[in-house]
Amino acid sequence: MKTEREIFARPINPEFGVTRWREDFPILRERVHGKPLVYLDNAATTQKPQTVIDAEVRYYSHDNANVHRGVHTLSQNATDAYEAARSKVQRFIKARAVEEIVFVRGATEGINLVAQSYARPLLSPGDEILISAMEHHSNIVPWQLVCEQTGAVLKVVPINDAGELNMEDFGALLGPRTRLVAITQLSNALGTITPIERVIAAAHAKGVPVLVDGAQAVSHLAVDVGALDCDFYAFSGHKIFGPTGIGVLYGKAARLDAMPPWQGGGDMIRSVTFEKTEYNDIPYKFEAGTPNIAGAIGLGAALDYVSSVGMEAIAAHEHDLLEYATRKASRIPGLRIVGTAKDKASILSFVLQGVHPHDIGTILDRKGVAIRAGHHCAMPVMQRFGIAGTARASFALYNTRDEVDALIAGINEVRRMFQ
Amino acid sequence: MTGEVRELYQELIFDHYKRPRNCHVLLDANHRADGHNTLCGDRITVYLKVDGGIIRDVTFEGDGCAIATASASLMTEALKGKPVTEVAHLFEEFHEMVTDTDASAHPQLGKLEVLAGVREFPARVKCATLAWHTLNAALKQQGTTVSTE
Repeated sequence: MKTEREIFARPINPEFGVTRWREDFPILRERVHGKPLVYLDNAATTQKPQTVIDAEVRYYSHDNANVHRGVHTLSQNATDAYEAARSKVQRFIKARAVEEIVFVRGATEGINLVAQSYARPLLSPGDEILISAMEHHSNIVPWQLVCEQTGAVLKVVPINDAGELNMEDFGALLGPRTRLVAITQLSNALGTITPIERVIAAAHAKGVPVLVDGAQAVSHLAVDVGALDCDFYAFSGHKIFGPTGIGVLYGKAARLDAMPPWQGGGDMIRSVTFEKTEYNDIPYKFEAGTPNIAGAIGLGAALDYVSSVGMEAIAAHEHDLLEYATRKASRIPGLRIVGTAKDKASILSFVLQGVHPHDIGTILDRKGVAIRAGHHCAMPVMQRFGIAGTARASFALYNTRDEVDALIAGINEVRRMFQ
Repeated sequence: MTGEVRELYQELIFDHYKRPRNCHVLLDANHRADGHNTLCGDRITVYLKVDGGIIRDVTFEGDGCAIATASASLMTEALKGKPVTEVAHLFEEFHEMVTDTDASAHPQLGKLEVLAGVREFPARVKCATLAWHTLNAALKQQGTTVSTE
């Protein structure tokens, strides 16, 4: 733990890259209610660098055509760009093979795909799916649906008061009927980084595959699916500075190969007759219909951007911001931080005595400060802490200490109003 | 703080948020409904005792923001003793006040007019109308939970 002096002391060049990084994001020049935008809702969605915006414009201006179909030049260009984006994803998350990268709409669709195509054919009544108590609804509801369909049972690993996964309970719940573990790498409501390596090792020791919900983690932690050895990894493009409507499901090739297709349509087949249809190879087997080509290209540009900044620099900067914000927020009377795990990233969730999070959100918005207020699509987490919701500030590489100061000043003003 | 925020969070709103009126279970209610705001997870239950077409008593309970709580509290005060037939008109009037961009006066709403500031905050209209939607459901005696979505 750093001393207070270390945390508040400004190094010679405290925000080495942030001034330059901010220039890459045109929206950060916007004003909201006459105030400079302070965007602290990055866990909901991140802003887009100019290179991502340009990549989509360039594609639609010069290369737009359908992929994997035409013999004409534009179709070839579009296919090349789309497949190049897939290779960028492969390199970014260090997948062994490019065919292990399936483009989907987002983490939600990726998880639903695994639930329906991997879990559903496998599950018998009484089988178990194991998740944690800090999951986003998108890593709860798909499993509830598949449990309803198969008679399987959803089991939940509890969390402690700090918002950390209880590993003893995890070990106990990982039983002979567990067919899949599905767990977040970074909690969107609490900011907890889960000990995913230990979870995967323990599950694999019992022959249980693991899906990692990487929706929050992917823009804050370096992801190496090969080293993690997870069976599936899902994330959304829009939370890592890419467009909305595009995401990735990584799956080990052997797993994906063995799974039936999820949706039927064009591009996912090799040959169709009315008697029999032969499916395409992975990943195309899981990409029925014309995909989000521009989105994939935009995501590729976003990953290029993150790589050019460097995940290490991003993590160091965000860690500094979170420590600074945590220390400052802790000093506000009546403020309680929800989620105080030892290992945390990018998220400051809090409640303020006598003030509903919604009211905090409205008042901060008028000061140009955008935060999220509510249950963050993690209602069971709120129930665990006995609250209806929290106010949540979530950081990205372009946020600054000055913006944290604006947040803190805003919270103090809310307190004064509600006194 | 900006004028619009002060306009929204008036003293009367704080008063009804911190000391909500008629905020309890109504044991002899003959109508009730649950409502929730899916946006923020807020929940409210409205209880009514209707007799001879007159709202003899109306109460609520739940956990909500300042706007939702004050609106529910003010609503119960406004409705007590009113004929059921007046509710639809009153809600229409109230809804118009919190959504209309032109700031016309709504004198028939009485104290409820303090919520007029909501019109500058479209994201908060659902907070202000949650109690009213739930009231409507209670009057129709719909057993299910209503949502402001």
